Amino acid sequence: MTIAAIDRAPTEVPTELARGRGGGGPASKRVVVAYGFWIFILSDMVMFSALFAAYAVLRGNTAGGPTGAELFDLHRVFIETICLLLSSYTCGLGALSAERRQPARFFTFAVLTFVLGAAFLFIEVSEFAHMVEKGAGPSRSGFLSAFFTLVGTHGVHVASGLIALIYLTAQVIAKGLQATTLRRLLCWSLFWHALDIVWVGVFTLVYLMGD
Amino acid sequence: MDAPEHLFDDRTPGVEEHEPTASYQSYTVGLGLAILATIASFVVSQTSLLWPPGIPVGLIVLAFAQIGVHLVFFLHLGSGPDSTNNILALAFGVLIVFLVITGSVWIIANLNSNMMPMSMQ
Amino acid sequence: MLGRLSWAAIPFNEPLPLLSGAVVGIVILAVLIAVTVKGWWPYLWREWLTSVDHKRIGVMYVTLGLVMLLRGFSDAIMMRTQQAIAVGSAQGYLPPPHYDQVFSAHGTIMIFFVAMPLVIGLMNFAVPLQLGVRDVAFPVLNSVSLWLTATGALLINLSLVIGNFARTGWMGYPPLSELAFSPDVGVDYYLWSLQISGIGTLLTGINFVTTILKLRAPGMTYFRMPVFCWTALAANLLIVAAFPILTATFLMLLLDRHLGMHFFTNDAGGNQMMYVNLFWAWGHPEVYILILPAFGIFSEVVATFSGKGLFSYRSMVWATLGICILSFMVWLHHFFTMGAGADVNAFFGIMSSIIAVPTGVKVFNWLFTMFRGRIVFRTPMLFAVGFIVTFVIGGLTGVLLAVPPVDFVVHNSAFLVAHFHNVIIGGVVFGALAGINYWFPKAFGFTLDDRLGKASFWCWLIGFYLAFMPLYQLGLMGMTRRLQHIPDPSWQPLLLVAEAGAIVIFCGILCQLAQLYVSIRTRERRLDLSGDPWNGRTLEWSTSSPPPAYNFAVLPRVETIDAFWYMKRAGRHPAEPAYEAIEVPRNSAAGFITAFFAVVMGFSLIWQIWWLAVLGFLAAATVVLIAGWRIEREHEISAAEVAQMERASEVRHPA
Repeated sequence: MTIAAIDRAPTEVPTELARGRGGGGPASKRVVVAYGFWIFILSDMVMFSALFAAYAVLRGNTAGGPTGAELFDLHRVFIETICLLLSSYTCGLGALSAERRQPARFFTFAVLTFVLGAAFLFIEVSEFAHMVEKGAGPSRSGFLSAFFTLVGTHGVHVASGLIALIYLTAQVIAKGLQATTLRRLLCWSLFWHALDIVWVGVFTLVYLMGD
Repeated sequence: MDAPEHLFDDRTPGVEEHEPTASYQSYTVGLGLAILATIASFVVSQTSLLWPPGIPVGLIVLAFAQIGVHLVFFLHLGSGPDSTNNILALAFGVLIVFLVITGSVWIIANLNSNMMPMSMQ
Repeated sequence: MLGRLSWAAIPFNEPLPLLSGAVVGIVILAVLIAVTVKGWWPYLWREWLTSVDHKRIGVMYVTLGLVMLLRGFSDAIMMRTQQAIAVGSAQGYLPPPHYDQVFSAHGTIMIFFVAMPLVIGLMNFAVPLQLGVRDVAFPVLNSVSLWLTATGALLINLSLVIGNFARTGWMGYPPLSELAFSPDVGVDYYLWSLQISGIGTLLTGINFVTTILKLRAPGMTYFRMPVFCWTALAANLLIVAAFPILTATFLMLLLDRHLGMHFFTNDAGGNQMMYVNLFWAWGHPEVYILILPAFGIFSEVVATFSGKGLFSYRSMVWATLGICILSFMVWLHHFFTMGAGADVNAFFGIMSSIIAVPTGVKVFNWLFTMFRGRIVFRTPMLFAVGFIVTFVIGGLTGVLLAVPPVDFVVHNSAFLVAHFHNVIIGGVVFGALAGINYWFPKAFGFTLDDRLGKASFWCWLIGFYLAFMPLYQLGLMGMTRRLQHIPDPSWQPLLLVAEAGAIVIFCGILCQLAQLYVSIRTRERRLDLSGDPWNGRTLEWSTSSPPPAYNFAVLPRVETIDAFWYMKRAGRHPAEPAYEAIEVPRNSAAGFITAFFAVVMGFSLIWQIWWLAVLGFLAAATVVLIAGWRIEREHEISAAEVAQMERASEVRHPA
């Protein structure tokens, strides 16, 4: 080891140091931001797992009130599931368009993603309203508290995502598809796909196993 | 802090460049598989296609399959050496989720079974 | 209009909180006036409040922790005194509703606003320097984390003078914490203060996991990282994995209290045991979040002050990772007595015993590091030796408690209280004090006075044993925790010894304050000109004291473990490296301003001033949106400026 080697700038790191052994020096901003957001997503999954655990434990505590089987309308659940899944698809296509610097396509897919996500939310909110009307609101029983909180928290995440989508699309309009805005869109699409993953858990464990 | 982009940079979930799954085709394939899994889940739960006591297991398998499709086709989670950090993070997350849910269910079921019979509820 | 807030919230008829609140208020006012009169606001705003520099943020975290230590300790000495005098027919001076708030506040403050800030502050300061990089992955988020933690601390302290704090203990178990049994704002202060600071902590976790895994100097592979960075990684992975559970649990309790839901209520299908289960699923990893960085600090201190590399680096790393994973498999040992069957209790009892093994590996590694080393007994090393003895005792009582039949006898007794103070004080507090003494010269350019440091060590050590060893005995004699009145006079002698111990610890704290004061006054005598006052082994010692904002003009190229040690042995480089321009993140007011609105929102939520809560939330969200709109986040220091700063500092870097 020579002293001269110590003063070499990071770009000259031999490639054998980079792959898999972590010696390649600081990663690029894009990788750092995306990885950080990935860790955030995982933390959010843990939060959902606590809500899932509460639901699993409380699902039988109907306190003489309505059960899932009596309340759930699986047709609507199927439609909202497809809406959210399609919005994940259009999100992915939008991400591709953004990467390929195709603003018109990006905007089209962004709008489609928004509409599909909003449709999901609309169906969910009307389901909630309907249940509350029937006297099956979150304060009726432990089961319903857990249901509304788990599904509702997912819905709040979806709503926040839609607001963020408007914000980020505005940013793209104002500043174009450059490195920083692309990074933020990348984070957004990670978030959106993760929400669809959580929904797979929700419709499987809550709605389909609720009978 | 902005190091130049290395040729052998780490992969990150969701990043679209140089990914074999980052194409219109592969997104569409992913969508197709996910829709199939979704329909299958609904069918399995609503009919007796599957032996009834095995329905929960079947649903969980289908759910994992669909999550896998999302991870691979939408989030581009690969298996190469540059994806190691991402896979490890995912594995850690999955472990924690598993421990929290199964741990809680096991513990509370155990506690509930030791509760005295209650007059109400 | 003002929700539940009214003049009745201020404790005009309770002298103790009123007086202490008044004193604190006057002190704060005096400080603010002094700062204004001396015209320090621009400096404070520019250099500290809006700083996104990890070194500054680390110092502010540690400052917050030490200030809150004073508050938490005053709660402690109040409890000790009450227990020492309220024996038999004597009633003491703290009626039960107050005593209950005191022990609740003591626990909450010590865990969340003393231990966490101290540990996070030290990680903030040292980790980027040890990794050989310029800052953490997300500097602006780092500032947000700090200020949200301060928000939580402020809210809890407000409960002293506006309203009251929870009376449920620091864990907040339902049904006592439900609206039916805690209708006042106390539990809400607890929940909102911790939810808000919890966001800050989670962001820190994300920040440091990303930094340690993705930002290291070139050549620093995973197995060349300093051990402190490994323990920081494990602790932050635990933060990311555990804090969301707490967030969800507190959310459910808040929904029960304010929207009439039934997660943990007595009626309509609630299950209180689920709260306890989820709380401790967070709570056990939490204690490892606190202790792992302390282990890391001791690894650095023991190696440096023994003049030897750490014995068995690899087993240290695997032990750390083992503790990280295992810490998620033991949580039921906090509620063995809640009614689980033998199979569940046995599983968690066995796992709790197993988790002692990697810690034992670490202890042996430290001992073997010291063996045949050239030991220098400066203050950090004294804390290290004190830690090894004290923590082993605490760990042994922990293994005792891990055996369910034993736990059935001593659960929630003074024995338990002695155990966890044993490991927290012996481990976390000693670790933080060692770390502060160790890294102080790096942060400020001069060392702390060593004599007063040693005096504070001896006071803490002797005070700890006097205060807590009697509690083990008392627990075995049948004394439970949280007693406002002592029913058995035969316990009083031991309680008096404990009170003496608390007074000795108080002397230790006074020594620390004196140490700070004297060190600053006489700093010219102990300037750290070389940047390496302890003949250190890791990269932070290769920078000047204090380091420049960008830490390293040229990122060091790392080829070994203990990179700086081997660089020193290879000799210093005579010629200057070719300096390049460096991008440094701009300051950001986002953290401070968001936290300000978080205080408004938190306070309004607690007092149910809904319109103000909504406004506070919208304002905080607006700040986030504005900060998120910026594209240009850095400014450049030109190569010439860098060269100038490097030449001006007296340190010649080997890298």
